[in-house]
Amino acid sequence: MKAHIHITLKKGVLDPEGKAIGNALGSLGFDGVDGVRKGKYITLDIAEADEDKALKQVTQMCEKLLANTVIEDYAIKLEA
Amino acid sequence: MRSAVIVFPASNCDRDVAVAIEKISGVKPRMVWHKETALPDADLIVLPGGFSYGDYLRCGAMANRSPIMKDVVAKAKAGTPTLGICNGFQILAESGLLPGVLMRNANLHFVCRTMPLRVENTDTVFTRKYGDGETIEVPVAHHDGNYHADAETLDRLEGEGRVAFRYANDNPNGSQRDIAGIVNQSGNVLGLMPHPERVADAALGGTDGAPLFEALTEALS
Repeated sequence: MKAHIHITLKKGVLDPEGKAIGNALGSLGFDGVDGVRKGKYITLDIAEADEDKALKQVTQMCEKLLANTVIEDYAIKLEA
Repeated sequence: MRSAVIVFPASNCDRDVAVAIEKISGVKPRMVWHKETALPDADLIVLPGGFSYGDYLRCGAMANRSPIMKDVVAKAKAGTPTLGICNGFQILAESGLLPGVLMRNANLHFVCRTMPLRVENTDTVFTRKYGDGETIEVPVAHHDGNYHADAETLDRLEGEGRVAFRYANDNPNGSQRDIAGIVNQSGNVLGLMPHPERVADAALGGTDGAPLFEALTEALS
């Protein structure tokens, strides 16, 4: 099973990199761009075939290592 | 004072801090590779500066899952004075021994210069040789020193006198409330972004970092 994990900064946590990216888009002539936030996207293959168990496992991975839940949220998508 | 300096892959201030400790305490620290699972008997644990694991994932994230960290966390929780400098501070934050996170500098620049710091709490094993409110000059060298915690945590840190050092004039990284270093609730764990070991000998251009190691030596010898 493949897991797709998106890690993003929590709402309200300043994202200077996102802001710089937004500024760069503006200087390239893309007007009207706002709210750029930079995150991470991680994919991994897991042996577990049961979806509930897989979700539990990947959630643990996010809590223990992949995300720092003080500042980051994570979203998991599983694909058989 | 018996001390243990943890060495992670891509630690790069481990020898600097070992030299400072040996010069001031007269005792050579034990250098402990991160793959060890148990610390030697030590009165002081040091997590040095550097870029452990190339800052993969998040600064300090991988180092915090190194085998030695289980024992570091256990000993720190049991009261062993534990000092995290720069990357060491980032690792302490990842480990949960200290609250908050060190985020990318607000201006996105790597900052490498000597900064004035105000000593905010002289009632810790690390800071008691400084004067209350004294301003000292200590270099910073980091890309991720932007201390972030929620307002409630910040208020608690302030209320409990746990902000040990604050940037005195300009803030190099956007850290909340100009925080440069904090201690845990029991006061035995200090994390700070500036590098006291780089100003622990006049030959290095300054001695404002020396009192920190002198205080530890006095208390722990």
